[in-house]
Amino acid sequence: MTTVLDPTSETAPATRERARRPESLAGLTVGLLDISKPRGNVFLDRVSERLTGLGATVNRYAKPAFSKPAPVDLRHEIATTCDAVIEALAD
Amino acid sequence: MAVVKRDCPTCELVAPVLSDLHDRAGLTVITQDDPHFPVDADWVRHDGDLAISWHHDIEVVPTLLRVVEGSEDRRTVGWSRSEWEQFTDLDGLGDGLPDWRPGCGSLSVDPAHTGELTVRFSASGLRSRRVEMAALEDEWESMWDRGWSDGLPVVPPTEARVLRMLEGTTRDPSEIVATVPPALVDCSVEKVAVNAVMAGCTPEHLPVVTAALEAACTDEFNMHGVLATTMSVGPVLVVNGPVAGRIGMNSGINALGQGNRANSTIGRALQLVVRNVGGGRPGGVDRATFGSPAKVGFCFAEDEAGSPWTSLAESRGWRADQSTITVFAGESPRIFADERSRSPESLTRHLAQALQATVSPRMMLGMDAMLVLSPDHMARYADAGWSRDRFMEELSAELLCDADELLAGVRGVAAGLPPAAAGRKVPKFRPGGLLVAHAGGPAGLFSAIIGGWANGPRGSDPVTREITP
Repeated sequence: MTTVLDPTSETAPATRERARRPESLAGLTVGLLDISKPRGNVFLDRVSERLTGLGATVNRYAKPAFSKPAPVDLRHEIATTCDAVIEALAD
Repeated sequence: MAVVKRDCPTCELVAPVLSDLHDRAGLTVITQDDPHFPVDADWVRHDGDLAISWHHDIEVVPTLLRVVEGSEDRRTVGWSRSEWEQFTDLDGLGDGLPDWRPGCGSLSVDPAHTGELTVRFSASGLRSRRVEMAALEDEWESMWDRGWSDGLPVVPPTEARVLRMLEGTTRDPSEIVATVPPALVDCSVEKVAVNAVMAGCTPEHLPVVTAALEAACTDEFNMHGVLATTMSVGPVLVVNGPVAGRIGMNSGINALGQGNRANSTIGRALQLVVRNVGGGRPGGVDRATFGSPAKVGFCFAEDEAGSPWTSLAESRGWRADQSTITVFAGESPRIFADERSRSPESLTRHLAQALQATVSPRMMLGMDAMLVLSPDHMARYADAGWSRDRFMEELSAELLCDADELLAGVRGVAAGLPPAAAGRKVPKFRPGGLLVAHAGGPAGLFSAIIGGWANGPRGSDPVTREITP
């Protein structure tokens, strides 16, 4: 872990702010990222049904390997096409 | 106790004496580099992290310390038979060795290690907020995401690197250098050092960066306006005096271009301070229509040795033995080519025509400019024996234009001088509004013109400051 000295005037918090949370999912595009662990698709199928019922458009994605970070192209695609993302983490 | 390292000829020399002292007086040896030096034995301890050396303030190896009841009461450095014998109360040490040999520097005072050791073993005293990056976070990406970069990679400003940077100045890290626009934040030496690390500076560049910041943050230079203007200007830095050679600045081939660390990083460090400390960013307070490559960082040294004239700094009232930095609100350089003039008169007339077009051929008096004469062009003046004063006088005369040709509407151009100027002669530049320096490679009948910005109290005046340690 690297610790660096803040080069700024320190008037803004050092921790970066999370993206603003949507008030409602209606009309938004939600990405579902399957990290490719067994049966994650079963869980995400159900989540997809529920989201569609809330008026969201669902895009499905999967990581090539659960043990490695999502490839940069995949992260870029999700970031540029989705308003929100849900990741299925566990078995 | 003796502190030694294998990479020291004197320590190697006294290796037999160390064994002898262990046998006769219970010596413990602390070895800084090779754990098996001088021998593999339980009385030889490895000071791999240099903690013992650091906490005992070891500056030289070998150092012989006498420890009585847990505390040191005496030490001697280097090898001197008589001193070691007196120190240990033993005779016959080091038979066959020379009487005396100086020691070597301790690893714990090696400049390559002191930054890390200071951070590890003592409070650095630095006040900047610590920002921890996550284990899997890429440092460069993280700094970019935080908005700390001008778009190019920046060096992570770790505490050790900042401490090393601060060794380049005698000033206290907490001392305020300037109030930096646009947010008007008091900027300490430490914050300058943090940004200088990020820009890629070495410690010896730091005093030049601080002087540049002092100069840029004056009311005269008006860094706020230079930043906020829709024009393309940024702080153009010219270094004069002995410091330029000392820190290896380029005043020759490609002096206004890339490839020299000091030239490339000093101007960038100033711009990073304005960005990070002052909060001045493109699209924020920086409203430049185009900007220019000069805004990444533009710094060069004047070639004083190769010039028959007084330097730019001398023309502004400084002495040749003083190191100074001049900050000028300028844009990127454009080339003026004259490969035919053999007389100073012809070259001067041609230069005046090119300078007349700076910013706009119809804009008179409102904007300054900097002219960088190349060695080949300077040779015309040197051969003819023209001094700087003579050149400025002749050039000023050539830059006195007939207002009638520059009036608004003349030749179908709406821009121009007001009708009241009709019949008058108007100079292109105000007195002192054209700065002239000498730099560049030994071949090329070109000079460089750096267009300026609105001058005077409503714009920017060039400012020169002395560079002090």
